[in-house]
Amino acid sequence: MPSLEKARIISNSKQYHNLYIMEIEAPKTAKQCKPGQFLHIRSNPGLDPLLRRPLSLYDVDKKAAKISLLYKVVGKGTALLADMLPGENLDIMGPLGRGFSLPESAKKCLLVGGGVGMAPLLYLARELRRGGNELLVLYGVGNEKELLALERLEAIGSQVQIATIDGSRGLKGPLIPPLFSEILSNERIEFIYSCGPESMMKLWQEWAGINHIAGEVSLEEYMACGVGACLGCARKARPDNEFYVKICKDGPVFRLDELELE
Amino acid sequence: MDLTVNLGGIKLKNPVAVASGTFGYGLEYADFIEPEKIGAVIVKGTTLHPRPGNPGPRIYETPAGMLNAIGLENPGIEVFLREYLPRLRERQVTVISNIAGNSIEEYALMASLLQGQEGIAGIELNISCPNVKQGGIQFGTDPETVRQVVAAVKKETSLPVIPKLSPNVTDIAAIALAAAEGGADALSMINTLGGMAIDINRRKPVLGNVFGGLSGPAIKPVALKMIYQVYREVDLPILGGGGIVNHIDALEFFMAGAAAVSIGTGNFVNPCLALELLEGMEKYMQEQGFSSIQELVGIAHT
Repeated sequence: MPSLEKARIISNSKQYHNLYIMEIEAPKTAKQCKPGQFLHIRSNPGLDPLLRRPLSLYDVDKKAAKISLLYKVVGKGTALLADMLPGENLDIMGPLGRGFSLPESAKKCLLVGGGVGMAPLLYLARELRRGGNELLVLYGVGNEKELLALERLEAIGSQVQIATIDGSRGLKGPLIPPLFSEILSNERIEFIYSCGPESMMKLWQEWAGINHIAGEVSLEEYMACGVGACLGCARKARPDNEFYVKICKDGPVFRLDELELE
Repeated sequence: MDLTVNLGGIKLKNPVAVASGTFGYGLEYADFIEPEKIGAVIVKGTTLHPRPGNPGPRIYETPAGMLNAIGLENPGIEVFLREYLPRLRERQVTVISNIAGNSIEEYALMASLLQGQEGIAGIELNISCPNVKQGGIQFGTDPETVRQVVAAVKKETSLPVIPKLSPNVTDIAAIALAAAEGGADALSMINTLGGMAIDINRRKPVLGNVFGGLSGPAIKPVALKMIYQVYREVDLPILGGGGIVNHIDALEFFMAGAAAVSIGTGNFVNPCLALELLEGMEKYMQEQGFSSIQELVGIAHT
């Protein structure tokens, strides 16, 4: 069951450019977390910005009751979050939303994370490895300094292939299927998980369709309530559907066969 | 400390309600707050037929507030009665149903469908949603139409009827008086203020619906002024709200003339606000020597 908690900030530091990792101690919340869910956090006790911000669970250590959050400073709310200091309290609500599903029997899984889209995939990778799954992670960023999750991904025993736009590490180019065609032609992928820009995920959805591979993606949207009460974070699962799904409650994780990415 | 309120015939265990559209159908927040402890839960605006709502983006944050243009997405009154109401009844939630119609006849028809339904304490009439276009008719902005809608609904139901007034009018007191003439049992005010935002990179309006409704602390002074004004001119209990995020805000509304208050956008910031406010209010009342919330209603009027 999700809860409200004043979590204690253990660390909060800039990793590169506008990318930050915050680690919090949240005994009530941590033990409830599942990969792909999010915390609805309040970065400011004042009135501006007013609303909470949804942040993915980047990593969770249930034993130590610790949660890590990887975030990118994009506006007022995340800028205030970046200013918070160890020892301060963070007002968190969660975990919320529908997370990733984990295979019942061990599978070979492909994880495709673009930029800060890696945020929900590290904790997923950890749980998948715990379940004995074999992982191939395709990690795409602008340049190698943004590969924040790389060490942790390798430490849990996943095979990581890198693409950078500037060619500073791994393959040079965007995180799209053609770039990895040779690597993928030798793999027998049974399930795909992805998070990142939607245009990128759309290409992987098509790739998965051609190869008859099931999978899941994590979406993001502006949110107000985070629990399906305000109906603010709506989108159509398919363009010709009449009704809308809510990212906060029906997602943020959706099966590839549930929606048509744009 | 007496915190009970009689809001036009609706007995409230405490004077803090949660506003329609901010609390779903009452159970979405149940992991964080027990809805049966809240003074009243005003459920999501419901129409005769299901409505998909507006294309996104539907919400956008503004300084000390937010814009929304949900467009009354709801499953329709039949689904509300069949699937949601029984669960609320089971938990003994004080439910105020919120209805929105396309015509006076449709409001009346929905009122007749609610009549006799166990578990509904009253009806809030949404005559002021800024995000729905209905053939050019704006029910909430013409006094005569307001009177007719309220009268038509009153004819079909014995439940207390509370029209929710739009602030997007020149003279809110005239609308309030018309609602009273139509037989309203109480008034709910205010709905959101019309607003918009523009994305300078796309050079287009942010909201899918172009226009939305502004809510949150940004509109509190407007809401207070309108409640103060209507309290002077109309002898009906007022359910007041608009940007309440703490007990000080709430106390201001009582003093302006609200008999009860509603929390809207504040629920998104703190889902427990509706109950946490009570503690602050009680503390104030104790310290200042008040024994009943009713003593505070309209006390700012001299």
